[in-house]
Amino acid sequence: MNEEEIKNIIFQLLKKIAPDTEPSALQPDENIREVLNIDSFDSLQFIVSLNEKLGIEIPEEDYGKISTLKSLINYLLAKLKSQLS
Amino acid sequence: MTEFLMPSLGADMEDGTLVEWRKKSGDTVKRGDIIAEVETQKGLIEIEVFDEGVIEKLLIKEGEKVPVGTPMALINPDGAEAEAKKETASMKKEVKLQPIEEKAEQKVMEKSTKEIRIRATPIAKKIAQDKGIDLSQVTGTGENGAITKDDVENVIVQKGEISKTEKGEKPVDNLVEVEPEKTEAQPFEAELYKMEKQPVEVKKERALTPAEAIRSAVAAAMSKSNREIPHYYLEKRVDMSKAMAWIKETNRERPIQKRLLPAALFIKAVASSLDEVSELNAIWENGLQLKNEINIGFVVSLRTGGIIVPVILQADSKSVGEIMEVLNDLIPRARALKLRSSELSDSTITITNIGEGSADKVFGVIYPPQVAIIGFGNITEQAFAENGMLGIRPVVDVTLAGDHRATDGITGSRFLGSLNKYLQNPESL
Amino acid sequence: MSQTIKITYREAFKQGLREALQNDDRIFLMGEDVGRYGGAFAVSKGLLQEFGEERIMDVPLSESGFVGAGIGAALAGMKPIVEVMTVNFGLLAMDQIVNNAATLLHMSGGQLNVPVVIRISCGIGQQLAAQHSHSWEPFFAQVPGLVVLSVGTHEDARGMLHTALQSPDPVIIIEYTSMLNLEKEISTDMGAVNITKAKVIKSGKDISIITYGTGVYKCLESADELAAEGIDAEVIDLRVLRPLDEETFLASVAKTHRALIVEDAWRSVSISSEISSRIMEKAFYELDASVKRLCGVEVPIPYPLHLEQASVPQKSDIVKAVKRIINP
Repeated sequence: MNEEEIKNIIFQLLKKIAPDTEPSALQPDENIREVLNIDSFDSLQFIVSLNEKLGIEIPEEDYGKISTLKSLINYLLAKLKSQLS
Repeated sequence: MTEFLMPSLGADMEDGTLVEWRKKSGDTVKRGDIIAEVETQKGLIEIEVFDEGVIEKLLIKEGEKVPVGTPMALINPDGAEAEAKKETASMKKEVKLQPIEEKAEQKVMEKSTKEIRIRATPIAKKIAQDKGIDLSQVTGTGENGAITKDDVENVIVQKGEISKTEKGEKPVDNLVEVEPEKTEAQPFEAELYKMEKQPVEVKKERALTPAEAIRSAVAAAMSKSNREIPHYYLEKRVDMSKAMAWIKETNRERPIQKRLLPAALFIKAVASSLDEVSELNAIWENGLQLKNEINIGFVVSLRTGGIIVPVILQADSKSVGEIMEVLNDLIPRARALKLRSSELSDSTITITNIGEGSADKVFGVIYPPQVAIIGFGNITEQAFAENGMLGIRPVVDVTLAGDHRATDGITGSRFLGSLNKYLQNPESL
Repeated sequence: MSQTIKITYREAFKQGLREALQNDDRIFLMGEDVGRYGGAFAVSKGLLQEFGEERIMDVPLSESGFVGAGIGAALAGMKPIVEVMTVNFGLLAMDQIVNNAATLLHMSGGQLNVPVVIRISCGIGQQLAAQHSHSWEPFFAQVPGLVVLSVGTHEDARGMLHTALQSPDPVIIIEYTSMLNLEKEISTDMGAVNITKAKVIKSGKDISIITYGTGVYKCLESADELAAEGIDAEVIDLRVLRPLDEETFLASVAKTHRALIVEDAWRSVSISSEISSRIMEKAFYELDASVKRLCGVEVPIPYPLHLEQASVPQKSDIVKAVKRIINP
């Protein structure tokens, strides 16, 4: 799975949680929760759906590493890579 | 029995001399009748009576001089008039300030207008009569404070909501029970009013969108709250380090799908505290009525604006994990406007958790007829002093707004103390 | 959709007049200066050349005399249009209008109709001072036996005369000199109009603005301004001041629950006082605010422009009054 595919999945899942927003307009360094106005509950739902879609488990202590689009994509790519190896 | 008092016919009058009784014991009098002639500094004045009824007894004799306010006669109102007694008594005092030169008839007219007459527009009166609304309970916003059509209709909308709550039907936010497919403007409105069981002519001209309907329901409930409930506010800073550590620890063992959020812990802690301070788990309707079940309303804000308050039934008998499961089920459906009526009714207290936003604390507005609302702010790292030591801890500001008719600050204070205790011992939950 | 043309209020009258004269030989116009001079306000300019002296008749300066002659002609089977130069001179003909035109059907036991049409220029706003600035519609509207029309729009200027000439009873048409040069678009196929009904000129839901004559366009402009602020006003042109079409304005009040009546006439014993009391009598339980009126100030109308303007309701007064009713 490449970066573009992951990005699309992220957009799709965010759109489901925050249908009134346009996730694809997110800038790489913007705080996702702040810009899309996502609360902790929806944030958890998002993490659950990422888990269901990609099989990646994000532990609570890593929440700080996935606050922007860029960091989230990098985090997921790294996780996928380590899963393969 | 009504007392007929020596009236004050001007601020400077201290007493008066009864010159002649115009009525005798056993006579029937009605408002405006001349009952006596009284000599004052300003001359001989005819005194009217403002009560209706039969003169039971004349208490003073002709020629007697008595101070203002002295009972002069007893009047026995007929059964029907008995109700009006208090009013007429107060009216009598008002008369004191009337200039004596004024005609008796005018006095009666003017006073009765001020005291009894409710200013309402004709159509407002008509609607009130049709719907059985007591206009004396309605605040007027029209010309010179007259009650208008809109004022009455607002009350009708509120009343519909209250009566539903009483009947254990859905409270205000139930508007959203309607299936989303139906939430197209037209059918939604139809549903809205059907639920209220009162054909309201209001707003027929334009259908409400779901967001507008929710907005107006929130507006009605909150206006009522602000109008009727004297709120008191308390605030407590709670050290969350133990609670957050406990959540972290617990979540480590849980699959992602079952991870806990602090909100679940808050709800459980509130439920347990209510077990100890039961006066806050109650409604105020003709007095304080304690509730046995602890059903916690949890404010969910909608992305499109407005709020919905689904209920976590019997939260005290559920574990934190079970509460989280309920939230996982309720919140997405609440946001999709797919709740069932049972999930919107019977809450006995409300929790608002604005913590996600930028505000540090929230002072809630009580959802009538409940008597308290608990507000949880943002969990932030703060300098926290304890045992002479300063540390950086996760801290949450918890607020409580209480209905001061129902409880006092000391009750709320006990509650917050108890809540703090539970949050310092999360494993006990 | 039919085509529209831009036309002055004066030209609309002239078209209606010419059409009437073409349609029926019994119809003729009589009045001071209507022929050689072309009408005091040039409404009948050129008609003398077109229709001849028998049909466009200059008369001596005697209102009582020529209005009486017109009534006589009507009794004798003709269809006279009598032009009274201005309403102030019209008072001189009041005896003929009230005592003869309006009563003869009754006095003759139903045998004599008086199908006379009397056009009278009226109105305030030309700096003509107290003796020539009047809104005297209420004088005429009080008399049983008369039909009294107030021409508040170009459509009515074009079409009312035709219908008035069909009436078996005397019709007074009140025209407004201040509007003569005003241009508006009307439909090219505009013709006869009904003269029994008031008209909802603009539909709205928040308040009924009831008016006539020069008030119509002022109220429409006010309604536009109010619309920009979210107030949806309904504007009603009464058109027929006698017999009043109460059905239209009562229905409007039943819808909006609020009413403002606007007129140039003096407030006391006016058209607006009549409208207001009919609303009280017949739509009381629909009211959500007391009925309000904007009327002429009860003074002889002053000459200076600013005082003249201050003596009758202006657009800003209407806007302000509506807002005060809606947000007291």
